[in-house]
Amino acid sequence: MNRFVLPLAIFAALVALLGVGLTLNPREVPSPLIGKPAPRFELPQLHQPAKTFSEKDMLGKVWVLNVWASWCVTCREEHPVLVDLAASGVVPLYGLNYKDRRDDGLAWLKRFGDPYQLSIHDFEGKVGIDYGVYGVPETYVIDKRGVIRYKRIGALTPEIVKSRVLPLVQELGRG
Amino acid sequence: MVKFLALLVLVASPWASAKEATPAAQDPALDQRVMALSNELRCLVCQNQTIADSSAPLAEDLRNQVREKMRQGASDSEIIDYMVARYGDFVLYRPPFKLTTVLLWFGPLLLLAAGAAVLLRRVLRRRPPGDAEMTAAQRARAAELLTGNETERR
Repeated sequence: MNRFVLPLAIFAALVALLGVGLTLNPREVPSPLIGKPAPRFELPQLHQPAKTFSEKDMLGKVWVLNVWASWCVTCREEHPVLVDLAASGVVPLYGLNYKDRRDDGLAWLKRFGDPYQLSIHDFEGKVGIDYGVYGVPETYVIDKRGVIRYKRIGALTPEIVKSRVLPLVQELGRG
Repeated sequence: MVKFLALLVLVASPWASAKEATPAAQDPALDQRVMALSNELRCLVCQNQTIADSSAPLAEDLRNQVREKMRQGASDSEIIDYMVARYGDFVLYRPPFKLTTVLLWFGPLLLLAAGAAVLLRRVLRRRPPGDAEMTAAQRARAAELLTGNETERR
């Protein structure tokens, strides 16, 4: 009887380990950018290409940068969540229109509504690479000193906004 | 003939299905370097492919980025650092050796050692103790039998 105990225990441990593994999402690669200064950029605005916007313009404020594109299906699912977040007025929301044609991006905003203070236009995706973007939509929370404090890969959900984004924004707003 | 055709299809199918990266042809040495390094980097969109294999738009961008950096004179390790700074160690097909990856590197070895230890213990334990020992009487009887002076005992 005793000799079955050890193999059984090992088996149970393995099942537990693999079970936990199944619940993890392999697409969520932990970003090395958390706690690092937001990469620099200077990009034309989507609505007014003559004007540029830079991460430096936001120093001193807590803000949210959301990477989106008109070709991104999940962005459409995420969109109402962003509209709600913008309407709450808790934190300024900026968009990074990623690898999109200007016309397509503008048409998308017109059709679904524009939750962003403004969007910047990263046609070549260079800034996207600097931000380690690989699965649009992605969302960054950046603090007053311009440091990335949170990154979400994939769509924001009302739960994530409530449990992660809003508490973090409030905490950063106090500091 | 049929076999030959089947073979042809098999051999040709990778080219048919996977649209390989089309390297810019001006500088073969640079292209070779780009491809060599691209083979070390994981495509984050299609995670079990390298950015050399993948035709995902991001992989293409990253290859171009690698090429551009090389043109500017960056070394391979500088480019690798650049990628890791953005995408983390996950972007490397060969994980670096550090504290968080010790189990990854030595895990299999550890399992092997544990298995060997269990096996060794079992084998050693299974041998019944002292079965080769004979009593003096048995020894004498054996000697008798061997010399042929077997006395009738029945």
